Amino acid sequence: MRIWRRLHFALAFWLSFCPDGKAADPDRGRAQAVQALFAQKCLECHGPDDRKGGLRLDRREDALKALRSGAHAFVPGRPEAGELLTRVKSSDPDQQMPPKGERLSREEIALLRTWIAEGAPYAPHWAYTPLRLEPPPAVADPGWVRSPIDAWVLARLEREGLVPSPEAGRATLIRRLFYDLVGLPPTPGQVDAFVADASPGAYEKVVDELLRSRHFGERWGRHWLDMARYADSDGYEKDNPRPDAWHYRDWVIEAVNADLPFDQFTREQLAGDLLPGPGDHQQVATAFHRQTLTNTEGGADQEQFRNEAVFDRVETTGAIWLGLTVGCARCHSHKYDAVSHREYFQLFAFYDNADEATHRLTVPAAEMAAYQETKAMHAARLESVRSRLVEAEEAGKGPLAAWKESLDALPVEARPKELAAVLAVPLEKRSTAQNKQVRDHFFAQIHEPTKEPWASLKKLEKSAPPEPGQIVRVLAQRMKEPRATRLLERGDFLSPGVPVVPGGLEILPPVVFRSPGQADRLDLANWLMDERNPLTPRVLANHVWMHLFGEGLVRTANDFGVRGEPPSHPGLLDWLASEYRRLGWSRKAMIRTIVLSSTYRQSSRHRAELLDLDPSNRLLARQNRLRVEAELVRDIALSISGLLSEKVGGPSVFPPMPADIAALSYANNFKWTESPGEDRYRRGLYTFFKRSSPHPNLLAFDCPDANTTSVGRRVSNTPLQALALLNNETFAEAAEAFAKRALGWETSGDGARVALLLRHCVAREPAAEETSRFLELLRTARAYYEEHAGDAERLTKRHRAPGVPASEAAAWTSVARIALNLDEVITRE
Amino acid sequence: MNAPILQAELLRQDRLHTRRSFLHTAASGLGGIALGSLLAGDGVLAAGESADPMRLRKPHGPARAKNCVFIFMAGAPSHLDLFDPKPKLNELHGQALPESMTKSVRFAFIQKETAKIMGSRRVFRKHGQCGMEFSDLLPRLAACADDLLMVRSLHSEQFNHHPGQLAMQCGRGVFGLPSMGSWLTYGLGSESRNLPGYVVLTSGRGSSGGATLWQSGFLPSSHAGVLFREQGDAVLNLGNPPGLPPALQRAGLDTLREANQARYDFVRDPEIASRIASYELAYRMQMAAPELIDLSRESKATLEAYGVDRAEPAGGGRGKQGETAKSFARNCLLARRLVERGVRFVNLIYASWDHHSNLDPELAYNSAVVDQPVAALIQDLKQRGLLEDTMVVWGSEFGRTPLGENRRGNPDATGRDHHPFSFTMLMAGGGLKPGVTYGRTDEIGWGIEENPVHENDLHATMLHCFGLDHLKLTHRFQGRDYRLTDVGGTVVTDWLA
Repeated sequence: MRIWRRLHFALAFWLSFCPDGKAADPDRGRAQAVQALFAQKCLECHGPDDRKGGLRLDRREDALKALRSGAHAFVPGRPEAGELLTRVKSSDPDQQMPPKGERLSREEIALLRTWIAEGAPYAPHWAYTPLRLEPPPAVADPGWVRSPIDAWVLARLEREGLVPSPEAGRATLIRRLFYDLVGLPPTPGQVDAFVADASPGAYEKVVDELLRSRHFGERWGRHWLDMARYADSDGYEKDNPRPDAWHYRDWVIEAVNADLPFDQFTREQLAGDLLPGPGDHQQVATAFHRQTLTNTEGGADQEQFRNEAVFDRVETTGAIWLGLTVGCARCHSHKYDAVSHREYFQLFAFYDNADEATHRLTVPAAEMAAYQETKAMHAARLESVRSRLVEAEEAGKGPLAAWKESLDALPVEARPKELAAVLAVPLEKRSTAQNKQVRDHFFAQIHEPTKEPWASLKKLEKSAPPEPGQIVRVLAQRMKEPRATRLLERGDFLSPGVPVVPGGLEILPPVVFRSPGQADRLDLANWLMDERNPLTPRVLANHVWMHLFGEGLVRTANDFGVRGEPPSHPGLLDWLASEYRRLGWSRKAMIRTIVLSSTYRQSSRHRAELLDLDPSNRLLARQNRLRVEAELVRDIALSISGLLSEKVGGPSVFPPMPADIAALSYANNFKWTESPGEDRYRRGLYTFFKRSSPHPNLLAFDCPDANTTSVGRRVSNTPLQALALLNNETFAEAAEAFAKRALGWETSGDGARVALLLRHCVAREPAAEETSRFLELLRTARAYYEEHAGDAERLTKRHRAPGVPASEAAAWTSVARIALNLDEVITRE
Repeated sequence: MNAPILQAELLRQDRLHTRRSFLHTAASGLGGIALGSLLAGDGVLAAGESADPMRLRKPHGPARAKNCVFIFMAGAPSHLDLFDPKPKLNELHGQALPESMTKSVRFAFIQKETAKIMGSRRVFRKHGQCGMEFSDLLPRLAACADDLLMVRSLHSEQFNHHPGQLAMQCGRGVFGLPSMGSWLTYGLGSESRNLPGYVVLTSGRGSSGGATLWQSGFLPSSHAGVLFREQGDAVLNLGNPPGLPPALQRAGLDTLREANQARYDFVRDPEIASRIASYELAYRMQMAAPELIDLSRESKATLEAYGVDRAEPAGGGRGKQGETAKSFARNCLLARRLVERGVRFVNLIYASWDHHSNLDPELAYNSAVVDQPVAALIQDLKQRGLLEDTMVVWGSEFGRTPLGENRRGNPDATGRDHHPFSFTMLMAGGGLKPGVTYGRTDEIGWGIEENPVHENDLHATMLHCFGLDHLKLTHRFQGRDYRLTDVGGTVVTDWLA
């Protein structure tokens, strides 16, 4: 039975390559399946570069050509006529294909036969074809459909004979929205208000409030910072700090909060400096591509690492906006995706003349006026001292001449040491500079009347008021001697090949240059966001979906190429892509559209009947449960305990970190000095990110290392995470503060207090058994700490309310600690 | 219609992927609860599979090695002054190299115009039955000659430390790739039930590569190296918060397990089961790690052999940090204890070999730090019968130039620059041929004349000894099947015993 169900599902899944719910187009589907098979098994050797045996399988016109042997791989309509079928069936090791690895299955061979018999058609790769705007499919249960999203999802489920999951409980829903939109837990009060609000717009109201929250920019800005490989240091061996990097981080937070339309968001980051009249914002935005690593290791070849940075810019752009791993094409044409070696360098050429530069931030008028005033005062004082000195020197001319003569008469040992070298030169042969050195020495150190003004002048010169306005690393277009880009053979900067001019990829509409012959990064940005480009909106819509469901509709969010996975709901993906554009590239509107859907609101409980049919939930018959990101693990604990500082933006901070971990940096060239005051409790995204030695709590929970772009984090589940949550100083302190908070609540009895404590952690009402389990722990702990006053003191030394016995604080701390360790706390349900 | 079959395959892979990703994310070991049966009952796991990324997996072929201790000499020691004697260098001392040799070559610091060959002050002798050559700075390692395989023909493409160290640890000088230890535990799992499968120990000053040298890259972070520390807890966060006794930790964990179990019963998400198992392994680590680092049960003879309490050698400008020699000796002994307890891969990092100047005293100091403990480790493993299936590797990211370093035109060169064109590594045990010197450099130790070995070849051979085919040990990431050996790698069959 199971097998039949599975096959049935498989068939349906395959049909999903075709427009959802519509009659399938078997030829097109089969062609795509065959091409996917070629990409998996054949193109390593029979791709655009290698063409072993004269066979190139990625393009039909090439595949039909005669092979080097004179035979043909396949002849459309005549399955037995070509080499292909013979070779894949052969058991002769010298003949069989593929020569290594897994053989083709009987089913795959049969597929090839049918495909050849039917004329061996090729179909364009789905991701590069124009967006299909089709009306959402009809469904049997329109009552469930809140938006077109639901129609696509439900139509698909109905085809499987499946029903969606019920809506999640109110407490789960509001917690889900809080975690997803601002990355912080709701308070029990907020949960109660939402649960009690029976008005029809209650859910929308919460969504809109959260979208307006300034913490929204922190939450969604962080997603972007992963892709931007943002960090506070250079990377590589020396890994010097970048004290200005946070300006870019704040730019991202502000842009996301202001809902800067994504096309503009793109232009400013890739080419803000090239926009008309760029202000600070546009300049700072270009720091997006200054997040590349800088190697200041002794003896590093600057040109090599300049090229490395440009490679990174090209590849990061490809991964984020095109969903393609263009990196392979750095050294050779892509083995299976349609990116040639030359095209890679066409993209490279856009960035080759983007120089690493700095930009001084504009200073507020008042601050500038104050500076001008101080500067003028300083200049006046300087002038007055200078004229005093000139006068005194004038008067000292005679004594100078006398001193000089006396000097030459002195024995060498008696002469001033500083002048030894000069005085060794005969008087008449001394240069102007040498004469000046003697003179200056006299007036500065020997001649009493000039000594004081001389010293004052030197002091004043050093105390000039610093020019206000911080310096930020940015990109700037190279105007002088622009580089003529050449293709680099094998990606080696020492092997330049043919000249290349900026250009796009053949699979997409051509680049429109603003002024011919002067291609720049703004043209690149415009090309990526060009309304005829179908790939980028698919990729971008998929990112948004991924952050709200844990997985994209295309699961390989960074690979929309032929080896990537096809979308589970192609029609839905295309609808979302065009909707994103229709909404004026508003990130907030896109998110709102998705979170209002019934699909998003489903319960995340696993269902036994889905386990066999759809174990990884491609069909979306439920929501997913997601372990929250590394930064949020800490944010949530700090928030529940009441320690969290809600300050947004500003320089990066240094929360507690074990000394020996900080010392792992190269040759101890960096000191981690703990931040005082509220900066100890800032949100995780403000933690100073040192690339060679990131904060261990971030690494333990899979924070990307910021060395390369990261599109979608991995999620692991390790004992080191358990140890961090149980024992790390930050989390131990949170438990302590949480206990202090709990002991301050006006509740009667341990039971009610434990229940409220659990509600702070999981939002929902705890079950009676849960409360009693924690009560039991409370009793055990209380008994222990009443007997062990010293341990009680030690456990609660940072946060204990006056008048609370240490044993009581300690008992509650041990309960709070375990409650904060619940799987649910760090899971978006 | 046959095409759907392909999709049936896709579905099969999908289920496998779910299961596999679950296995990867699940904590090691089965812990206090019968997690395996818990999941098997739900049909999540097929019979015989356990929820454990470190579960033992069968290699592709016969395995000679089970564990590896990689002693990474970051900074690059001079092969010319330790392992690869070049009398010609002394003859040519002070002379320039013909332009034909240096023309197409890059250097980190050397100024080609004024560069001169620098001879070696070291005295080399043949050791053991095999007559392997060592300089006077490594007498104890030299005494192990008949147990060692010396490879004089390693080469790399990387000129700078960090990229070079990445290439040696991850197969390519770029970021984001898994390190060797990650690949090994990914391919084989680990026998240890109470300790991580991949442990990192460091002594002396930090390496250029820092934590990137034990990253798991695109593999799940369960395969990242776990750094053992010298101060405080052996593993970060191992100790309970001050004032929280073990009994209360257990009581708390019991409460937590019951609460998480109740949630699992309700939502049936296998990730919760993994989390329960993670906490149980964490608890077992809390018990096992202090025992591991407690050397009080080691015999006096053993402690003395490694030099755990020896005096610090004289000198040591750059590399020294605290009691470096003791720390390194202790880490060598810990490496044996880890291997004994079934830990798959131990990476012992010591970074002090970057001798651009002051070569002779620096080399003497650093050799004194490593000579005794490494020799003791090899002998100790051998005596205990562990060397059979433990591979010990001693090596660096590159070697050093036959030319003296004349940075900023300084005529008095006292050091050597980075040299990726040839360098030497030592290996022992794990199915490798002992008493063999492999590969030959030219008469000044510049290029390789015989049997060049790239990092990829080294890695391919190491994997082979573990029964792993480097072409088959792959992981699909961004559409590509990645390997430790990138696009290269040939097994050096001459090394196999």
